[in-house]
Amino acid sequence: MAGHSSGTNRGSHSMDKSITLPPDEIFRNLENAKRFAIDIGIRIPLIYTWFRLRHVVTISMLQEADGDPLYEISVQEEITARLHFIKFENAYIETCLDFIKDHLVNTETKVIKATGGGAYKFKDLIEKKLKLKVDKEDEMSCLIKGCNFVLRNIPHEAFVYAKHADSEFRFQTTHPDIFPYLLVNIGSGVSIVKVESEDQFERIGGSSIGGGTFWGLGALLTKTKVKFDELLQLASKGQHTSVDMLVKDIYGGAYGSLGLTGDLIASSFGKSATADKEFSKEDMAKSLLHMISNDIGQLACLYARLHNLNRVYFGGFFIRGHPVTMHTITYSINFFTKGEVQALFLRHEGYLGAIGAFLKGAEEDNPNQYSWGENYAGSSGLMSVSPDLNPMQRARSGTFDMLEMDRLERQLVNLPLLQDPSSYIPDTMDLTEDALAREYWLYCFEEALDGVVKRAIASQPDMPEAAERAEKFRQKYRHKLQTLRNQPFAYGSLTVRSLLDTREHCLNEFNFPDPYSKIKQKENDVALRYYLKVVKSLEELSWEQRQFALVRGLLAGNVFDWGAKAISDVLESDPEFGFEEAKRQLQGNTETFYTQTIRGGPPHTCALFFVDNSGIDIILGVFPFVRELLGRGTQVVLASNSGPALNDVTNGELQILTERIAAMDPVIHSAFKEDRLTLVQSGSSSPCLDLSRLDKVLATVVRERQTDLVIIEGMGRAIHTNYYAMLSCESLKLAVIKNSWLAERLGGKIFSVVFKYEVPPKH
Amino acid sequence: MDIGGTLVKLVYFEPKDITAEEEQEEVENLRSIRRYLTSHTAYGAAGIRDVHLELCDLSMCGRTGSLHFIRFPTHDLPAFLQMGRDKHFSSLHTTLCATGGGAYKFEEDFRLMADLQLHKLDELECLIHGVLYIDSVVPSECYYYENPADPEHCEQRPFPLENPYPLLLVNIGSGVSILAVYSKDNYKRVTGTSLGGGTFLGLCCLLTGCNMFEEALEMASRGDGTRVDKLVRDIYGGDYERFGLPGWAVASSFGNMMCKEKRESISKEDLARATLVTITNNIGSITRMCAVNENIQRVVFVGNFLRVNTLSMKLLAYALDYWSKGQLKALFLRHEGYFGAVGALLELLNPS
Repeated sequence: MAGHSSGTNRGSHSMDKSITLPPDEIFRNLENAKRFAIDIGIRIPLIYTWFRLRHVVTISMLQEADGDPLYEISVQEEITARLHFIKFENAYIETCLDFIKDHLVNTETKVIKATGGGAYKFKDLIEKKLKLKVDKEDEMSCLIKGCNFVLRNIPHEAFVYAKHADSEFRFQTTHPDIFPYLLVNIGSGVSIVKVESEDQFERIGGSSIGGGTFWGLGALLTKTKVKFDELLQLASKGQHTSVDMLVKDIYGGAYGSLGLTGDLIASSFGKSATADKEFSKEDMAKSLLHMISNDIGQLACLYARLHNLNRVYFGGFFIRGHPVTMHTITYSINFFTKGEVQALFLRHEGYLGAIGAFLKGAEEDNPNQYSWGENYAGSSGLMSVSPDLNPMQRARSGTFDMLEMDRLERQLVNLPLLQDPSSYIPDTMDLTEDALAREYWLYCFEEALDGVVKRAIASQPDMPEAAERAEKFRQKYRHKLQTLRNQPFAYGSLTVRSLLDTREHCLNEFNFPDPYSKIKQKENDVALRYYLKVVKSLEELSWEQRQFALVRGLLAGNVFDWGAKAISDVLESDPEFGFEEAKRQLQGNTETFYTQTIRGGPPHTCALFFVDNSGIDIILGVFPFVRELLGRGTQVVLASNSGPALNDVTNGELQILTERIAAMDPVIHSAFKEDRLTLVQSGSSSPCLDLSRLDKVLATVVRERQTDLVIIEGMGRAIHTNYYAMLSCESLKLAVIKNSWLAERLGGKIFSVVFKYEVPPKH
Repeated sequence: MDIGGTLVKLVYFEPKDITAEEEQEEVENLRSIRRYLTSHTAYGAAGIRDVHLELCDLSMCGRTGSLHFIRFPTHDLPAFLQMGRDKHFSSLHTTLCATGGGAYKFEEDFRLMADLQLHKLDELECLIHGVLYIDSVVPSECYYYENPADPEHCEQRPFPLENPYPLLLVNIGSGVSILAVYSKDNYKRVTGTSLGGGTFLGLCCLLTGCNMFEEALEMASRGDGTRVDKLVRDIYGGDYERFGLPGWAVASSFGNMMCKEKRESISKEDLARATLVTITNNIGSITRMCAVNENIQRVVFVGNFLRVNTLSMKLLAYALDYWSKGQLKALFLRHEGYFGAVGALLELLNPS
């Protein structure tokens, strides 16, 4: 990315030469910024803004006429909210403020919320440059507010650090109830805060031995003018055993009766008093680091025990993504609690204060009423850990770091039918830990990139600059894949879902909100013409034959998936590839569900069906199946995506399709009219499904209708995610494996059928 | 004797009721050792007899005599062993009771260099027994500081430790051990910290170039730590009321030293003072948390870090009182660092 800096003309005249990212990328959408907040720490101030504009595809129903398409597609601009976070060294504050001033045209705001120790120091500068009034907010309450916000809205926010494990970061699924927790903020000193609810927190203790002690004392001991990072570097190369007095230096070995091992530090710096020798800078820095980390860990444990808390998050500039300190703190916590408490760290720890200050300023917009999602396209992700691994990226992280969060239109909650929400993990495979799988999927997404670019261009034939945008998309996504190859942990656990979502976010970023809209339209149109014929031929079958035919139809429909490369190749080259052909390709057997439930048990009260693709899948596979369920007296709730992803049917499209089908089919018509067939949004725009982040309305409907059967369809929703999800009611997960690598890994062939019917254990 | 990481502590009981016959029978070797120990107050370059601690007219094992308290640096142990060899200590057929880590580490040296067998004893047990014994025979052993918040009126007052349990016993040697004591034989080590007396001296040596504990303390007494540390008022301009933090509290130890100009403007004395305050406050803070977690109100501080260290004792007294809102009392003992060695001697006299 460094190569872009010379090519940018916007603002580059005023930017410091050492700023390596193109400013128009860093300060995107600044023109429309609505609010500002800044957190001026010792080294890194943070600014962020709020913006509202995006492109969406809307569809509208047309009067039915022969030869006309089913519905009309148009692109519109929609107002939405996004949080932009930019983090930079405070050495750049002046150039950055200048840049903001030059580009701040449309803002109506008069104030900038500020927090952090430097808020006083830079107050005049900010007020002079930006002509905004600096409104100072309490540091600690901003920090807590920000912490609550990221814990609630970013699923893989918290992680455990394990230096020598295959993957250094083990991300934690956020407990649905984030409270209570302990936040240990290690700035110059240490504050230990107990957080009990959104507005209730208390500083229960602290210590004066913190980051400032490491830095100040470290500078004195090493007698050099060092930066904090450089001291850490020195420490990581040192040996503390030459400076510290260990248990074995006193005992000759372990102090067995107390269980103190020989390598334990008995007295920090204990050897520097007795030996008349010089100590290396590295060794002293290492000893100091151990001394301070152990001390903080010990105090944190004492407070955690006193208040009976086991979730302890560490933050502050002493931690801020430094592997060295994360390791020593983790070690200390393990030692003092004998492994009972894990030290937790946060991916966006450096942004907490600014987020909190922003939230305080935006209270009139009720930001906490919404759910927010991390935008992978605009966020730089967690930086490389090892200081030696990738110096270039290390340098980049020293200048700018970005985070973007989109306000989601719907408030997201857990599916009430999850057996244990606190242990639910949506993703089947963690590619952060599985190097072979990671290699495969990264390759797979890279291979598919050309096709996606082609599709994106084809979806906007009237726009001449589409090719140029598509090319930018290609570069952006390829860069993301490269980043993930080096740093699989950048956005939390790497999964097929995160790879797919990143692609959707990148497409959206370059105004390709729905590249499959036209394909979906055409396929829906074609499939609708066959609907009555399919229904009629099913009705001619005996009851038992029909049940099997319905399931085969459902599965065959699921073959039509543009998201799977094997299929998109076939569909691209053989437009005649049809429903019957798909049925012939299926491998496997599907009897369980029917023998166990439909035949034996009483009908279900209500079935919740998470649907997949448009076209043949939804119209010729799902609807006949739904029709049968309705016939048994089961109510049906169809859950579809709120926004587009691949060729998945969206809620908007499904509204039109259902009305079209209702117009042809009296069974669907009456069910729809009587609300026995209901359409809900999932709240998601992903080809995958996270059952812990679903539209609140969906959750309400599920509860009200006493849903006792959940059907999840498709590779994205039932294989890549939720394959192991445990529900508290009967569930059916079905998909066709349209990827030979995955089929092989699961022990089958391509076009194998996954048909997983599960009954929860009886209590 | 108690062989610690930094100091060896030796207690020696000298019977004063020696009869003429006994004097006659006393072998030459024993006499020469007794005379050497009791006629000097300093031994070699760094060995010291703490005369002011000597306990006279003490009854031990049916004998009356004086208990002497001697200390020397652990790194001088080879010289000590050499002396033991020269004075034929091994010919006395006396058991030498030893505690502290050095009893294990140097056991072999005692055997090879001085032909002495050590009777090794657990240091925590010796410590507790020593504390209980000395407190029972010395009337004004235990004391506290009255008015710790007011330097003008802060004074030592005797504290009768009649009913001592439960007790938090904080031993500050090179490192720190914190024990909860429920009775003579019922105790547990609650925790410890590596930031102890060794850390104070070690850091002072590196920061100021001094090399003696007394020298470091003397410098600290003349320095001003607030120039080195960042105080709450340095950040917030006064008290941080939201969290009840007074302006004078240290927010970041050595925090001002992040800044190059300030590093150049402070003295060695300031650095020594800041080091002392940092280590002492940290011990106070961990102690307070342990006392709350263990539900114990009485805290006794011992160990050689407190020797001639009124500064730290007053600081501990104040910190415990202030942060516990008067709930905790810091107690001190006059024989600071010698309890382990006394406990070892008791074991010799009353083997269980």
